[in-house]
Amino acid sequence: MSGNDTNAIEVRDAVKRYGDFTALKQISLSIRDNEFFTLLGPSGCGKTTLLRMIAGFEDVTEGEIFLYGDEIENLPPNKRPVNTVFQNYALFPHLTILDNVAFGLEMRGSSKSEARARAGEMLELVQLSQFAARKPSQLSGGQQQRVALARALAPRPKVLLLDEPLSALDLKLRKAMQLELKHLQRETGITFIFVTHDQEEALTMSDRIAVMSAGELQQLGAPTDIYERPRNMFVADFIGETNLLEVSVDKIESGRAVCHLGGGHELTCDAVDGIGVGSKVHMSIRPERLYMSNEPEKDGSLHGRVKENIFIGTDISTIVELDDAPDFVVRTSNSDRGNKRIFEPGTDMFVNMEKGAARLLID
Amino acid sequence: MAGGAASGGSATTDTYKEARTWLLMPAWVTLSILVLAPVAMMLVYSFLTKEFRGGVIWEFSLAAYDQFFCDRGLFGDEPCTIEWTYLQIFWRSIWQAGTATLLSLAIGFPTAYFIATRPEHTRPMWVFLITIPYWVNLLIRTVSMKFLLRDQGPLNDFLINIGLIDSPIHIVNTNFAVQLGLFYSYLPFMVLPIYAAVERYNFSLSEAAADLYATKWVTLRRVLLPAVKPGVIAGCILVFVPSMGSFLAPDLLGGAKNFMIGSLIEEQFKGNAGNWPFGAAASMILMTMVLVLLLLYARQQARAEKAEG
Amino acid sequence: MATSKSAKFDIKTYGGFKAITMLCLLVLYAPLVVVTIYSFNASVSLTNWEGISLRWYVDVFTGPESEKFKIAALNSFVIAIIAATVSTMIATLAATAMIRGGKFKLRTVSFGLISLPLMVPEIVTAVATLIFFNSIGFDRGLMTIILAHTAFCIPFAYLPISARMQGVEDTYEQAALDLYATKRQAFTKILVPLMMPGIISGFILAFIVSLDDFIITNFVKGAGVETLPTAIFGSVKQGMKPNIMAISTMLLGVSVLMVTISYFVSKSDNTK
Repeated sequence: MSGNDTNAIEVRDAVKRYGDFTALKQISLSIRDNEFFTLLGPSGCGKTTLLRMIAGFEDVTEGEIFLYGDEIENLPPNKRPVNTVFQNYALFPHLTILDNVAFGLEMRGSSKSEARARAGEMLELVQLSQFAARKPSQLSGGQQQRVALARALAPRPKVLLLDEPLSALDLKLRKAMQLELKHLQRETGITFIFVTHDQEEALTMSDRIAVMSAGELQQLGAPTDIYERPRNMFVADFIGETNLLEVSVDKIESGRAVCHLGGGHELTCDAVDGIGVGSKVHMSIRPERLYMSNEPEKDGSLHGRVKENIFIGTDISTIVELDDAPDFVVRTSNSDRGNKRIFEPGTDMFVNMEKGAARLLID
Repeated sequence: MAGGAASGGSATTDTYKEARTWLLMPAWVTLSILVLAPVAMMLVYSFLTKEFRGGVIWEFSLAAYDQFFCDRGLFGDEPCTIEWTYLQIFWRSIWQAGTATLLSLAIGFPTAYFIATRPEHTRPMWVFLITIPYWVNLLIRTVSMKFLLRDQGPLNDFLINIGLIDSPIHIVNTNFAVQLGLFYSYLPFMVLPIYAAVERYNFSLSEAAADLYATKWVTLRRVLLPAVKPGVIAGCILVFVPSMGSFLAPDLLGGAKNFMIGSLIEEQFKGNAGNWPFGAAASMILMTMVLVLLLLYARQQARAEKAEG
Repeated sequence: MATSKSAKFDIKTYGGFKAITMLCLLVLYAPLVVVTIYSFNASVSLTNWEGISLRWYVDVFTGPESEKFKIAALNSFVIAIIAATVSTMIATLAATAMIRGGKFKLRTVSFGLISLPLMVPEIVTAVATLIFFNSIGFDRGLMTIILAHTAFCIPFAYLPISARMQGVEDTYEQAALDLYATKRQAFTKILVPLMMPGIISGFILAFIVSLDDFIITNFVKGAGVETLPTAIFGSVKQGMKPNIMAISTMLLGVSVLMVTISYFVSKSDNTK
């Protein structure tokens, strides 16, 4: 059996069990050539297990993994042309930076001088040439991170695996490294598979994201898809902030679904495959897609009172008590305050949704 | 060292699982041949007949155990009554080892506690100070102790010179000297496990107790001690077990009156007067006692671990 | 140290514990210090102090017993080096299987076997080993001492090595495997160098245990073969002489030196 050889990695019905515990439940996904692909999910969702299965550190209980069409799930890690950037970098403490970077090349049979020459080039690429003779402990966290990258890239792997590589860095350095990683991926043209639990990081860097939870794939798509069109409750809740409404679907007409709230209030939004007439589901509306007004502006405007305004730097977050739904959060950008209104706590007002803001969720 | 005996530390990975049989083979072979097989052979020897110039005759006999437990009169032809000679030696060993253990606990607990409450970076230095003497030759330490405690030794000289006593105190060749020697030999074994337990202890529990109006000593007795009890028990076992079978301290510091099992066993294998089967039997009895004690301890530990979840 | 004012309210401090600790250290060190001091005594008598002199050290090397001690010292060092080297190698391999070999049925049994020499009273080990060599007709001599010491030293080498191995994260070896190293290469090029501090401490502890052992040696040594401890014991039995103190002080110095090296080696953490 062979895989589709235009895909860098193809995972077919992969299952991972530890005794009675199932860490991965039949995952199938394809990662395209030259893609920055992210596995996103809370800790324990199985994303690291999947990555380690691709790297070869975990056996595959069931299923297959293909690398550019070759079946690899039974190969040991040292026979797979994929390299890993580890969460804590795992730089060999007893070797110099140069020898760390040269290690993989030497193990693959390059002569010491060849390996060192190539390692030197890699260090140049990550701008650490001047540290070649130092030991890892003499470098800062950000520098160690870049050495780990250089070391993993030096043997020219077909796929680079990154296991939460930025989690140990402080916020500022993390932001800078996010960009650097993205640039490096474009420059080298190597497929990156990135694991993170940080949804903002995933949205910033990825071409596509696989959201995982409880050993299952929840949604796979481009960052905008995932953010704006979450498929289910988990994705809507895990990615960004959202308001949820319980609604019943009354009818579906030309791609639009007409729903009502418990109190009878009617709302209209795009229909979603798999949600039929009569189903009781949740509706998700992002806080920044809401705005407030004195009078109802649309059919779907909801009446309520302002409970509290919270200043959070770039935005103001308003908590609104609604008549016939749980509290809502409305986010108003400070730069938008010319167009949008902020009300004092206690004021009666209406909350309005921008077009296309409401999204129906499966389960 | 029996502390982690039940688990031996957790396995962190299975990187070398294919090779583990080969990796363990040298240890298995060496220890099976040089420790397990000898113990088995010792068991066999304890049921053989003694040869008068040392060694054994390969003939089954219960004579060794009979000699240990049975008094059959001067000519050996009376019915068996309990032989007290050797039981008394065992009892003395238990008594001496027990006293030395209590002495170690009395000194070792406050010491371990004091060390565990020092600033973190100085603790290894304190532990090191406590362990250095242990690594000095036991024979040399015992000889040094004897020298210090002799009637004309530096301690008595010092005490006479400062006028505390008029004539030397006789310490060497007393029970107390043996206890002191055992205490001195194995004290680090008491300090280290207690230290480890106190270091892990969460002192906010003491603060909570103090906050709830407990005095310091009540806090020590009712909150700290129960928490560090496993360390205390481990320490007591680690001192008691080697003390029971010790040879040098009773031999050099105790003299003939204060005979312990170690000397009894040693005597059976020296020169022509020995009795190998009897020495093997006494060793078996000692080993069985110690292993039963360790087994009880391991079971109690396993139960405690289970209770903790 | 807390000042007296804050100590009054410090829940951690118990009055008298510090004094007991000092007493403890005094008891531990007083005999060693006293013997060291008296080894420099110029007097022929043990206890009359007649000024500082090196005469007993000279006596150790040139006196009537010097030949006996020289041979004994040589024996002791040869035995200790061989026993410590072999037991350290055995312990390193065993620790790799125990700490890096996953879970397996014989793991607990193996650990029990490795720590058996620590659990059985030393005199019992000595008796058993003597009986064993006797039963298979193995002549007692240097070889029997080396074999007995090797087995007895295994747990002492094993403990620091396995402790260290648990401290070395397995991601280093995984990174090596990921970078195309074979398991053997991951072991020799990554794990062993990272384990070095533990291996060195294990070797040193095994070396000291062998060098210091009296009881087992006393049982399994053949007639005429002496190590330093058995030679010293023999001399002490005939009455204490000042040259014993000189030789004890030297042996004490070797032990303290080696333990100090071990302490600093194990403290140097090469994974940071």
